[in-house]
Amino acid sequence: MKRRNLIQWGASATGLTLAGVPLHLLAAGKKGGVINAVVQPEPPGLMLGITQNGPTQMIAGNIYEGLLRYDENITPMPSLATSWTSNKEGTVYTFKLKPGVLWHDGKPFTADDVVFSADVFLRKTHARLRANLAAVESIKALDPLTVEFRLKYPFGPFIGIFEVGSMPMLPKHIYDGTDFLTNPANATPIGTGPFKLKEWVKGSYIQLVANDKYHVKDVPLVDSIYFHVIPDAASRAAAFESGKVDLVPGGAVEYFDVQRLAKLPGAALTTKGWEFFAPHAWLWINNRKAPMNQVKFRQAVMHAVDREAICKVAWQGFAKPATGPFNSHIKFHNSADVAKYPRNIDAAKKLLAEAGYKGETLRMLPLPYGETWARTAEIVRQNLLQAGIKIEMTATDVAGWNQKLNEWDYDLAFTYVYQYGDPALGVARNYTSANIAKGSPFNNVEGYSNPKIDELFDAGAKEADPDKRKAIYLQTQKILLDEVPVAWLFEINFPTLYRAKLSNIVSSGIGLNDSLSGASVA
Amino acid sequence: MLTRVLQGLAAILLIAAVNFVLVRAAPGDPVSVLAGEAGASDAQFVAQLRTQFELDRPITTQLANYLGRVARFDLGYSYRQQQPVLKLIVERLPATLLLTGSAFALSLLFGVTLGALSARRAGTWVDSGITVVALVFYATPLYWLALMAVLIFTVQLDWLPGFGFSTVGAGLRGWALAADIARHLVLPALTLALFYMAVYARMTRAAMLEVAQMDFVKTARAKGVRPGRILRAHVLRNALLPVITLAGIQAGGMIGGAVLTETVFAWPGIGRLMFDALLQRDYSLLLGTFLVTAAMAVLFNLLTDLVYTVVDPRIELAS
Repeated sequence: MKRRNLIQWGASATGLTLAGVPLHLLAAGKKGGVINAVVQPEPPGLMLGITQNGPTQMIAGNIYEGLLRYDENITPMPSLATSWTSNKEGTVYTFKLKPGVLWHDGKPFTADDVVFSADVFLRKTHARLRANLAAVESIKALDPLTVEFRLKYPFGPFIGIFEVGSMPMLPKHIYDGTDFLTNPANATPIGTGPFKLKEWVKGSYIQLVANDKYHVKDVPLVDSIYFHVIPDAASRAAAFESGKVDLVPGGAVEYFDVQRLAKLPGAALTTKGWEFFAPHAWLWINNRKAPMNQVKFRQAVMHAVDREAICKVAWQGFAKPATGPFNSHIKFHNSADVAKYPRNIDAAKKLLAEAGYKGETLRMLPLPYGETWARTAEIVRQNLLQAGIKIEMTATDVAGWNQKLNEWDYDLAFTYVYQYGDPALGVARNYTSANIAKGSPFNNVEGYSNPKIDELFDAGAKEADPDKRKAIYLQTQKILLDEVPVAWLFEINFPTLYRAKLSNIVSSGIGLNDSLSGASVA
Repeated sequence: MLTRVLQGLAAILLIAAVNFVLVRAAPGDPVSVLAGEAGASDAQFVAQLRTQFELDRPITTQLANYLGRVARFDLGYSYRQQQPVLKLIVERLPATLLLTGSAFALSLLFGVTLGALSARRAGTWVDSGITVVALVFYATPLYWLALMAVLIFTVQLDWLPGFGFSTVGAGLRGWALAADIARHLVLPALTLALFYMAVYARMTRAAMLEVAQMDFVKTARAKGVRPGRILRAHVLRNALLPVITLAGIQAGGMIGGAVLTETVFAWPGIGRLMFDALLQRDYSLLLGTFLVTAAMAVLFNLLTDLVYTVVDPRIELAS
């Protein structure tokens, strides 16, 4: 089947679903009520065009909207764009915008805002979108409700870059001609979303209220959302237990507390809503230095690590062993036709001997994100010791962790990275030679370089045909699993804890980072 | 007196300079933290932030600029929080002062009372009881005590709120709001007070027993002064000096000393602001909170010395 036919969605599709939730479910939701959620840590700002960290996205996803949304299979759904088409070559994409959409200040949302957001504002401030738009030659408003993106060459994952966090729509009438970073309007974000910022008491809470002029009738359902700032993980657990908060996002309480809290009367749990991000954890291996520059040494690490134990013990079942560089939620993932690395200490010892490892002590940098990650590091250290690799842990905080990875000052280091639905968007950056640069903990930090891999990722990005991409990415995964640039550990299934009186809190593949427009309180 | 004030000001500037250097010695900077949180970054993004945060200038220039601003009472701008540092601190100041001030008063009042009681009944079961309780609170980690308070009084019994400054979204005003804040204050203030209460009790007891052996007390007793009056006017007053010294130290640390309590109870105070600023390497905000803390310490040092002269007229303030 040809992809371009698939994406010729019409307005008919919008009639069936709204915000990914079947309409009959929305209609069943009760109107009114308040949701009390936890946000951790307090976001630095809510202007999604400037700040893109987790807490900002979770709150600002209610204030701003993107052109498209994505379901749990990363299939695009309409949002501010109601339909989209592309030419045969996959080099021209045309989006029809929803009529009658207003900004929170009452001004109409038009194609000029789209052009301004993508081409002017975000190209300046949004590092990830800047990379995603490298293939885009021009963005033009054909009429007030039509936008055309012209590409220099076909870009396979193009239709996957329009989610609210990746490309939020920002008001041109407020930002045009100003210094975006210092514009005072950043403190009072104006979007098109179902909720508006009411009040932010720093250190305490952020309150959003329903946007009564929202472009979908009878939506949102709740009147108000409070995001409470509770800095201590144990206190957040107690806050859920005592009923002060109803909604706790993934990672905000330690995993050993999640299982206990989920069993409380009236509590519920879901691991849905992370499919687009596909959080993937691994151990960076500094390929620049001996013995880590030996393929056999890296393969030994892969064999030594007990992924099942990490997932079961440290992550209490909220993680699943990774099979390779691609998270199983992203496109073209393949775990069947590639090399496998079951836990095998004997194989690891043999490979270490062949690699000529002499028992040097290696520095391991844990991820300073709380108890669960500390336990993960302990298990891996134990595993590597069993295989005969000597490990010394480096103690650090978040700033120090960033610094050490930015400067490549490590031997082994933990991380987890979002993969954004498509290998060209979230995987290539960690393995291609062009992404070897100091100053970022998210690029090719390990220093792996293979011209064949560079070529394959380039071909995969520039190919529009999904079948051809599948073949290219299978070959990519095969080579990476043979050469093991990093030791893949697990996929994180972040649990969202909530009270069962809430419904529809997760309505798309970005979960709580999307809006709570369809959520209701019984 | 004037010399003391000038010395204090010089100390504050020196502290500011030393803090500046110390803070910069920590690995990482605010840009690496922000870029790290964004989940993606490139050279342009990092360079843009460095310029915006004025981190691209030589460190000596930055230090000179900083000290110059401090001398003009300008604490700078927090790029992370996107607000002036002074505004952030002033916003959080009332919550912190309310918490530490209540804890200070409670601990001093109960500490000295229990200590005096303990000294008067030295060797009895009352004395032993007070000593045991005081030692338990002294030895218990504050973090654990705070969490237990939340688990028992908020989660299990549901008597008192365990998080925040007031009920969010209740729309209370006037006395209703004051009562609401007072209810939120109980657990954190008591938790924070217990540790110092134990210290004051132990110190008052020891000092009073020591003073009670002195000749002037024996003289007073021989003259036939009533025991109650001996205890208050002769013993307690002379025993208070070490307590005042300690109270001065506690008061000086009131602004920044409640990090753990504020964290567990989600109390929106300065201690948390400082701790977050440290983790995020928010230099200007961190230095701002350090500076205010240092100023408070210097101020209370001076006040403590003044109080000495009132309690014990034999002490003079060195000029």
